[in-house]
Amino acid sequence: MANPEPQSTPLPHAAKEVSGAVVRFVGDSGDGMQVTGSQFTVAAALAGNDLATFPDFPAEIRAPAGTTYGVSGFQINFASRDVFTPGDSPDVLVAMNPAALTTNIRDLKRGGLVIVNSGAFTATNLKKAGYEKNPLEDGSLDGFNVFAIDISKSTLAAVEHTGLSKKDAERCKNFWTLGLMFWIYDRDLASTIKWVEAKFGKRQELVDANVAALKAGHAYGETAEISHFHYKVPPAAVAPGTYRNIGGNTALAWGFVAAAQLAERPLVLGAYPITPASDVLHELSRFKHFGVTTIQAEDEIAAICLALGASYAGSIGLTTSSGPGIALKGEAIGLAVSTELPLVIVNIQRGGPSTGLPTKTEQADLFQAVYGRNGEAPVCVLAASTPGDCFYMAIEAVRLAVKYMTPVMLLTDGYLANGAEPWRIPDIADLPKIDVTFRTDPEGFHPYLRDETTLARNWAIPGTPELMHRIGGIEKSFKSGHISYDPENHELMCQTRAEKVARIADDIPELQIEVGEDSGKLLVLGWGSTYGAIREAVQRARERGLSVSHAHLKYINPFPKNLGEVLARFERVLIPEMNLGQLVKIIRSQYLVPAESYPKIQGQPFKIDEVEERIRLVMES
Amino acid sequence: MSNVVPAPKLTRKDFESDQDVRWCPGCGDYSILANVQRVMPELGVPREKLVFVSGIGCSSRFPYYMNTYGFHTIHGRAPAVAMGIKAANPDLTVWLVTGDGDGLSIGGNHLMHCLRRNVDLNILLFNNRIYGLTKGQYSPTSEFGKITKSSPTGSVDFPVDPSTFAIGCSASFVARSIDVDATHLTEMLRRTAAHKGASFLEIYQNCNVFNDGAFDAFREKVHRDDRTIRVQHGKPLLFGKDNTRGLRIDSRTLSLEAVTLGENGVTEQEILLHDETNPTLAYMLARMPFPDFPVALGVLYAVDKPTYDGTLTAQRDASLKKNGQGDLHALLHSGNTWQVS
Ligand code: SF4
Repeated sequence: MANPEPQSTPLPHAAKEVSGAVVRFVGDSGDGMQVTGSQFTVAAALAGNDLATFPDFPAEIRAPAGTTYGVSGFQINFASRDVFTPGDSPDVLVAMNPAALTTNIRDLKRGGLVIVNSGAFTATNLKKAGYEKNPLEDGSLDGFNVFAIDISKSTLAAVEHTGLSKKDAERCKNFWTLGLMFWIYDRDLASTIKWVEAKFGKRQELVDANVAALKAGHAYGETAEISHFHYKVPPAAVAPGTYRNIGGNTALAWGFVAAAQLAERPLVLGAYPITPASDVLHELSRFKHFGVTTIQAEDEIAAICLALGASYAGSIGLTTSSGPGIALKGEAIGLAVSTELPLVIVNIQRGGPSTGLPTKTEQADLFQAVYGRNGEAPVCVLAASTPGDCFYMAIEAVRLAVKYMTPVMLLTDGYLANGAEPWRIPDIADLPKIDVTFRTDPEGFHPYLRDETTLARNWAIPGTPELMHRIGGIEKSFKSGHISYDPENHELMCQTRAEKVARIADDIPELQIEVGEDSGKLLVLGWGSTYGAIREAVQRARERGLSVSHAHLKYINPFPKNLGEVLARFERVLIPEMNLGQLVKIIRSQYLVPAESYPKIQGQPFKIDEVEERIRLVMES
Repeated sequence: MSNVVPAPKLTRKDFESDQDVRWCPGCGDYSILANVQRVMPELGVPREKLVFVSGIGCSSRFPYYMNTYGFHTIHGRAPAVAMGIKAANPDLTVWLVTGDGDGLSIGGNHLMHCLRRNVDLNILLFNNRIYGLTKGQYSPTSEFGKITKSSPTGSVDFPVDPSTFAIGCSASFVARSIDVDATHLTEMLRRTAAHKGASFLEIYQNCNVFNDGAFDAFREKVHRDDRTIRVQHGKPLLFGKDNTRGLRIDSRTLSLEAVTLGENGVTEQEILLHDETNPTLAYMLARMPFPDFPVALGVLYAVDKPTYDGTLTAQRDASLKKNGQGDLHALLHSGNTWQVS
């Protein structure tokens, strides 16, 4: 027998170059997984990777420790190539307790790396998670690379010198874990150390303990058996510019601040706390010096009514909520339609009906947005497609609202709200100004005089001499703006309001093909947050030789002018959406095309694999 | 009152809009409208700075008849709309016109929060104890057992008293008047306008079609002196023709007593002095049981406290002073950023 070549053991410090990875951190609500995930994200972003993240947390604020329903997770997909989604199945699972392991292990890739805190695998915790036997010992994890480390104990040892109580000391274990992950992916600790200092600045012992834990976890990587798992993900090739990481709700809030500046008008937000929209209220309440007024109203109805009152008085009125709140706002949206005042309503959709799945994502409020009011009450409906896109769609919503004197409903969802991605910061000078003109001329004035092109009525705000007038929700005369119950006039006004919104189609971009040819066998048409999964799935299907293209709608009412033509150029149309098929029904009714539905309604975004598989099935059928 | 600018002398006529008034002939709303239009020129606020906001109901038609800015909103929600107007432009003088159904039933929540926040609004609640516009159902101020179209065997609801409600909501100004008493009503309108903060004026208003005579027992001229008491700050709580009756406190039961001067040795010394700043007294006066006691009219309660819109403005100014004018570029570049070239 010939001597085999000596096996080359990689040196602990030589990092293997890989194109990317998907990592999921899971633990108890109290284990600090969101912080760990965000810090890992910042480091990946600073290293120049493209990335997408998604947190997944329970609806309960403090679910009992160790339970499966108290598991909180954070997933990141980072790579040296373009990234469009937080990734389907993780390459690495970090599980801080048995409940986290049992609820997530099925998603992990075969052969994936599992890091568990064996210190939390006590008899009680195993029982709470429903394990009869310890999975670390019974062979059920064979097929994965499992590292069971007593992270609790290692953390206690690392921070002992700081004199923290055992309870406080153990809370540093997420930083120990983060340190280890930083070692595995060859990351710099500096940004996290800076964050810890800023966060705990006033309590030096906490700064010391968390930094010590972070460094200890990092050092552990170097010395332990795990040191074979040491990777480097090179920077992604992206357009030049200054980048930052941004989440959908932050982008949305900043977009409204930008819009108010571009319009040179104050912004008034009326909002009532609701998941997952409250963060927009929190964020905007910091910007008083930008001329932003935020009012936490007594309920959802008051929130929209005060926004409408603010619009009436010449500010940009905004209300942000989620499905159940939007349901309550319906009558006031109708008033905005009838009084033809600008108003922006944001629905950050979550699982419904009723309370539904408050912390999960869904797109089932599309009908509500397009049709959900009494009477003929057309509103402009927009949908953001990525976290960073929320910034631009917020500006677009304001632009259309003030230009057309109409309520605009902007749809995002829990996935966009809490997801994050690197975002190229725009140059403010490149953002087009939003023109706002108030009527001041009393000559021939009445409140429902219209612009001939847009059909927008003139905006005459209280405080303007000689333009005193009365408006309200009662039908008014096309000719004078006075109350009118005349039958023909009502029909004319209904048609005018509908036509006004329809004319927005002349003012928005045409629908582009994102990926693929302009015509062909199959068009996958999406809207909103499914952008990343569809785009990537279509890309992959094309790499396998399938004739498929992707187009994505950001304007839903009205649709882009060329939508009908685009649809006609494809033999078949497939519409994946996180509902039971809503856009598909609107498309079928408006364009009489036999579009096919691919619904998913599990409170979870589409996986790339799922969409790709569906494309394959459709094309085979 | 914010922003009192000398304006060309206006008259009552200047505040009449070109719309025909469409309330039923004989409705108490006419008198209220006339008195509001009469008081407006005195207040010195230019018409373009006045906004009348209303909800839905007979009273809520009010803005259409005023030659000012007007917003006829949706049922019950006028306080929220008005608050948005004040938040956007605190310089405007905003009057809110509502009724017992609009303000206390469907819009009770908004009225409560607008009062406790002390938004600088002048709120007129026309209380006719009935739903007029929907043709005669019982309202939240209708008496228990009231027979209406929707309560043929008598209403099973206990009523709420608007002024008591307002005091309970920590309103900073609560007053009450009657539609037909022009002198008193105009005086109350002036006080309502002058108060900074949420001024709440309840006006007993006769709906001669669906609840005629609801207040006759004390509204009729012959009864007014004996069955109402005009409270005035710092003055003894006397009523009746020649002011021979009065209110005193029974200190053992902490309750009011209606007494007659000279009877059982009662002297004026024992009569309570009205104190607008005393919420407990205001509460007692607001809910004196009729007819054992007279109906209290006048300013029941008035205190100064910061207004909602004033505090909003102050916070914005403070933020501007601390942070300077918001810099969008700096905001977008805040936190961790990185350069790709
Ligand atoms: S129904 Fe009553 S309150 Fe309404 S207008 Fe007629 S009289 Fe006045």
